[in-house]
Amino acid sequence: MVYFNLYIIILFCIGMLGIFITRKNIIIILMCIELMLLAVNMNFIIYSVYLNDLLGQIFALFVLTVAAAESAIGLAILVVYYRLNGTIMTLFINSLKG
Amino acid sequence: MYISIIILPLISFIFVSIFGRLFGIKGAILIANIFIAITFFFSCVMFYEVNLSGVKVSIELCDWFSLGDLELKWGFLFDSLTCVMLVVITSISSLVHLYSSSYMEHDPHIIRFMSYLSLFTFFMIILVTSDNFGQLFLGWEGVGVSSYLLINFWFTRVAANQAAIKAIIVNRFGDIGILLCILTVIYLVKSLDFNIIFNLLKNLENIYITVYIFEIHALSFISFAILVGAIGKSAQMGLHTWLPDAMEGPTPVSALIHAATMVTAGVFVLIRLSPILEYSPKILIIITIIGGLTGFFAGTVGIFQNDLKRVIAYSTCSQLGYMVVSCGLSTYSVALFHLMNHAFFKALLFLSAGAVIHAVIDEQDMRKMGGLLHVLPYTFSMFVIGSLSLMGFPYTTGYYSKDVILELAYSKYTLYSIFVYWLLLLGAICTAFYSFRLLYITFISETNIGKNVFNYVHDVPQRMGIPLLLLSFGSIFVGYIFKDMFLGIGSTFLRDSIGIITQINYNSLIEAEFLFVGIKMLPIIFSILSGIFALILYTYYPEYMYFINNKYLINIYRFFNKKWYFDLIYNRIFVKVILNFGYFITFKMLDRGLIEFIGPTGIVRIIKNNENYYRNHISGYIFKYVFFIVISTIVLLGIIKYYSYFEQITFLIYIYLTLSMIKYVNIYNK
Repeated sequence: MVYFNLYIIILFCIGMLGIFITRKNIIIILMCIELMLLAVNMNFIIYSVYLNDLLGQIFALFVLTVAAAESAIGLAILVVYYRLNGTIMTLFINSLKG
Repeated sequence: MYISIIILPLISFIFVSIFGRLFGIKGAILIANIFIAITFFFSCVMFYEVNLSGVKVSIELCDWFSLGDLELKWGFLFDSLTCVMLVVITSISSLVHLYSSSYMEHDPHIIRFMSYLSLFTFFMIILVTSDNFGQLFLGWEGVGVSSYLLINFWFTRVAANQAAIKAIIVNRFGDIGILLCILTVIYLVKSLDFNIIFNLLKNLENIYITVYIFEIHALSFISFAILVGAIGKSAQMGLHTWLPDAMEGPTPVSALIHAATMVTAGVFVLIRLSPILEYSPKILIIITIIGGLTGFFAGTVGIFQNDLKRVIAYSTCSQLGYMVVSCGLSTYSVALFHLMNHAFFKALLFLSAGAVIHAVIDEQDMRKMGGLLHVLPYTFSMFVIGSLSLMGFPYTTGYYSKDVILELAYSKYTLYSIFVYWLLLLGAICTAFYSFRLLYITFISETNIGKNVFNYVHDVPQRMGIPLLLLSFGSIFVGYIFKDMFLGIGSTFLRDSIGIITQINYNSLIEAEFLFVGIKMLPIIFSILSGIFALILYTYYPEYMYFINNKYLINIYRFFNKKWYFDLIYNRIFVKVILNFGYFITFKMLDRGLIEFIGPTGIVRIIKNNENYYRNHISGYIFKYVFFIVISTIVLLGIIKYYSYFEQITFLIYIYLTLSMIKYVNIYNK
């Protein structure tokens, strides 16, 4: 059980670090988000098996659908953004500065 | 009827103050007068019922509040003491109402004035009828507030503002005393009800309370606190400075404050709480000495004052000293008797002084009067009656109580009481002297009034004359009528409403009765002699009225005219120090200094100085924002998790780690 937990935590941390260490490609950020969601899913499934409760697995299914929808929207935004700015480098996306 | 005595002045206040505009000036005056007259009538009925028929009335209305063990109810107690006070208060108050309806006729704010008078009466009645410390304190504070309002009635005058503020601040010292007394009683008895406290006194006799490292006899401490309260309210030596300054108010107010309401509150509290005082003989000695000093001091100052009202104010101060002395000698009935008599002749004196001031168009300096005998004969006769009563001329009202107090002081045969006797005797001599001085300078001597004013001087109108007449009857006959009720041996007039050890009371009265005749005659002879001396002095040496050329005499004159330099010393020692402390330390160092530095301006300055540093963080990079979000989430979760271990080292380590991570951001930023 401890190993499973450790595994999940490591997976989650990789996703999180990936988000704020990435400088180049925004697709990697999207992938990292997917990775974090996966880690959460893993958590749900493992605990559902461990506690003998089906609710966790149903929840995992929900999370998968949300993840799919989210990545679709993210990619769509990416395409539109590329068409507008001609780049998807995170280093140059600082229009939030105002 | 019992409740209506209390509630009618309040209704009158509310009607006149809020709806006064609707009634108009005449209507408002009429309402105030009628309500207070009804109250007076009820008080008389009550006096018959309680004092003469011997039916003690006690009413419990409803709960007020409860704090833990402490439960307080709205309760009213009508015993003999209360009813005597009620009659005094309502009679003087109704006469003052009537008088001021004419005196303040031309004042545009007369409606407000009448409402304040009613409020004053109401709070005094609350104070007098209370059967617990809570209501007593309510009335006590209410009297202070309404006196502030009345002294400050002409609020555009700076002098009035100063006097009012002085009155309320000096009274606050007394309030601290009463508050201390109440708190100690709560601590000891867990109740504020007079009945309960007085019945438990026997058990508290040997109890000591610890303050820091001192062991203090509990009842003595309470008595001392009461004494402080009485000193403040009744203007005894030390805290008397507000009383002469209170003369800035309109004259009817002075009459009301000095005769019936404000200053008698202190003496009333001494009498009401006399069972407690009886358990602390040392404090009684202090009370006696303070009263004696006040009687002497105020008498000497009164001689050298030039303001008509101020002379009478100092005579009030001195008479209050007499009352306090008789409280200190455990003869509370005499104190109450003198309080009652004093109310009548002092109200008479003040109202006649008001008539004089009214006649000479608001001039208060005696030296600018004179010769008014020929134009104000009625007022003069009233003034003479009041003055004779004040100086204890035989068979007037003042004689019956004042002489008894002097005799009691002598017949105690202890060192301090003989000392106090001589002080009071000197005070009585001074009283006679300044009474005659006042009469002579104001009425008899050659006039100093301008021709334009003198031609239009007129004697009092009817509505001012009637109260004077009634009060003059009071100042002549009240003492004779009530002497045996108050002082008669075995009289049941006051019953159980005053001190428990009545045996001593009667013994000392008998001692005083059979005193050596020479001693008994001493005050009268000296008073008359000093009165005659004043007359002779001012008839044959009129220059002493206005000018003193002698170098030594003028120093003496200055010393007394400046009231023994009490105000000066207080200003130097207390007021200036406190004012400096308030400005330099609490205001400049703390409020504008330290708190401001740590607080608002400090934070603003920190942010301003570091604004470039903060601006760097708003870079617009998403990954940076995400980093902050993650870090702060972790910090928050950590705080929630380790909230219970707030003081432990692990928490500190945790905080240190997160902070160091933020440091990492800065490096990373560059």
